[in-house]
Amino acid sequence: MAWFKKTKDLKTDRKVKIPEGLWVKCDSCKEVVYKKEIERNLKVCPKCNYHFRISARERLRLLVDEGSFIELDAEIKSGDPLHFKDAVSYKDRLKENENKSGLKEAVISGDALIKGHPVSVVVMDFFFMGGSMGSVVGEKISRIAERVNEKKQPLIIVSSSGGARMQEGIFSLMQMAKVAAAIGRLKDNGVLYISILCDPTFGGVTASFAMLGDIIIAEPKSLIGFAGPRVIEQTIKQPLPEDFQRADFLLEHGLLDIVVDRKSLKETVAKLIELLS
Amino acid sequence: MIKYYLEFEKPIEELELKIEELKRISDGKEINISGEIKKLEKKTKELRSEIFSTLTPWQKTLVARHPDRPYTLDYINLIATDFIELHGDRRFSDDPSIVGGVAKINDVPVMIIGHQKGRGTKERISRNFGQPHPEGYRKALRLMKLAEKFKRPVITFIDTPGAYPGIGAEERGQAEAIAVNLMEMSKLRIPIISIVIGEGGSGGALAISVADRVYMLEYSIYSVISPEGCAAILWKKDGHLGTEDFSRAANALKLTAQDLLSFKIIDEIILEPLGGAHRDPEGTAKKISETIVNALEELKTKTPGKLIEERYKRLRKIGIFEEGA
Ligand SMILES: [Zn+2]
Repeated sequence: MAWFKKTKDLKTDRKVKIPEGLWVKCDSCKEVVYKKEIERNLKVCPKCNYHFRISARERLRLLVDEGSFIELDAEIKSGDPLHFKDAVSYKDRLKENENKSGLKEAVISGDALIKGHPVSVVVMDFFFMGGSMGSVVGEKISRIAERVNEKKQPLIIVSSSGGARMQEGIFSLMQMAKVAAAIGRLKDNGVLYISILCDPTFGGVTASFAMLGDIIIAEPKSLIGFAGPRVIEQTIKQPLPEDFQRADFLLEHGLLDIVVDRKSLKETVAKLIELLS
Repeated sequence: MIKYYLEFEKPIEELELKIEELKRISDGKEINISGEIKKLEKKTKELRSEIFSTLTPWQKTLVARHPDRPYTLDYINLIATDFIELHGDRRFSDDPSIVGGVAKINDVPVMIIGHQKGRGTKERISRNFGQPHPEGYRKALRLMKLAEKFKRPVITFIDTPGAYPGIGAEERGQAEAIAVNLMEMSKLRIPIISIVIGEGGSGGALAISVADRVYMLEYSIYSVISPEGCAAILWKKDGHLGTEDFSRAANALKLTAQDLLSFKIIDEIILEPLGGAHRDPEGTAKKISETIVNALEELKTKTPGKLIEERYKRLRKIGIFEEGA
């Protein structure tokens, strides 16, 4: 396929969008796959098992018992502490992302059941400003952490994020410490926290709550790290190893507990809750 | 000694060179030009005061990164006695871009930890330009736990472009190391005081600055991303970014000590001499020392439980958002 060859050099371009057409090119194996087939397969590539990025709502459908999710703190919206403006003002960018994703922020949080177990769950949405963490993400997670600490029920956080949100500057950075402190309180109180890392999880999200799970799970082939691969490449001026920052790479280096397929994720989480909580 | 002048300090450099020249000429000779020298010195002072009272955020960033600026070990030498440096994370290695050890400040035994940049090419490289690997953060945490065990307050000096982005750093869990520090520092049962002395570079800075009191030197910065990084994200022009772009980014990020004080994220600004801390390291160190001593005095009355509760609340209230119905 001649038209396919042209895109072969896009190896470093790790962004994935599922276009409107009938066919989709897999970001990982570069094979072209029938879109319906991917949808049927929980948005997992049937050729290479790459797990496509999914929205927070889709994630909830896959993870919690049908109809059990009750959203909390749904009405918190970002302020604009720096009056940040590049080509577009931050306020406009937020609005644009709201319209695009149907979400008010990069995270949905609430209570739900997973195979009958009451849990609190937080799901990040990469399609809202790259899942970045600003004041609202930090606040929602901190509130949920404080709630589960009182209710003593397991907390499940599904991450997918480029890191701290630049447009809120130092306020975003400080959310890392705020959330880490809130999660820290669960450790002293016997509350189970399962962190699920999806493609991609980076920066200030990895370097705070995402790596603090009692159990850390990743979806296959997800890119996970502190610094982005491009920044590392520019710094060390060397090409990166093939599997660098992929889920298996982290597993090999002892940074994760398990890599779990999307189709068995709910089952695995439910079992862990049963065994530990 | 050849002094290093920043671009916007060039007029000052010219005057100072002139003064030196005059001093050299008059040295040991009969001619009396001390009046002339005094006049030039006064002019230099006025010029410096004028330039430094109107520094832009980007210019402050350059002062914060000034190669002559005092680093953690310089301040330790100036304000502490009996410093014994302690090394290693007991797991992998010793990271020279974070230093730490026990010492006394004003006769009070403390643990001091800080980022350390190097001076001169060789040391700069060996200290990795002040960019820690995970083992640096793990050493820092080990020393903090040691301080907790012996009920010694922790003082941290912040001065890093950021945590190092490299293969080894990722393999050994850079993100995990930072995350664990944030969590553990929020629970440390001793007073923690942090002072940003130069660059507060993102997560790599925050990882040793979760504290009961946070101070910044007048020309230091603290930011979620560097102006260069921000500019690269916003105005990618195939790598052709310049001072103008960095200035815009530095303005947008609100990263100066004055900004952070207005956001109530830090407690106080420690004033620097005209021209920056490197113009008078002793004077700057004295002010830092006074700030630390006062903070310690205030914090020592608090029980561990109260310290932790207040530290938690301090973090917990940070964030700007609207909550509609
Ligand atoms: Zn594939």
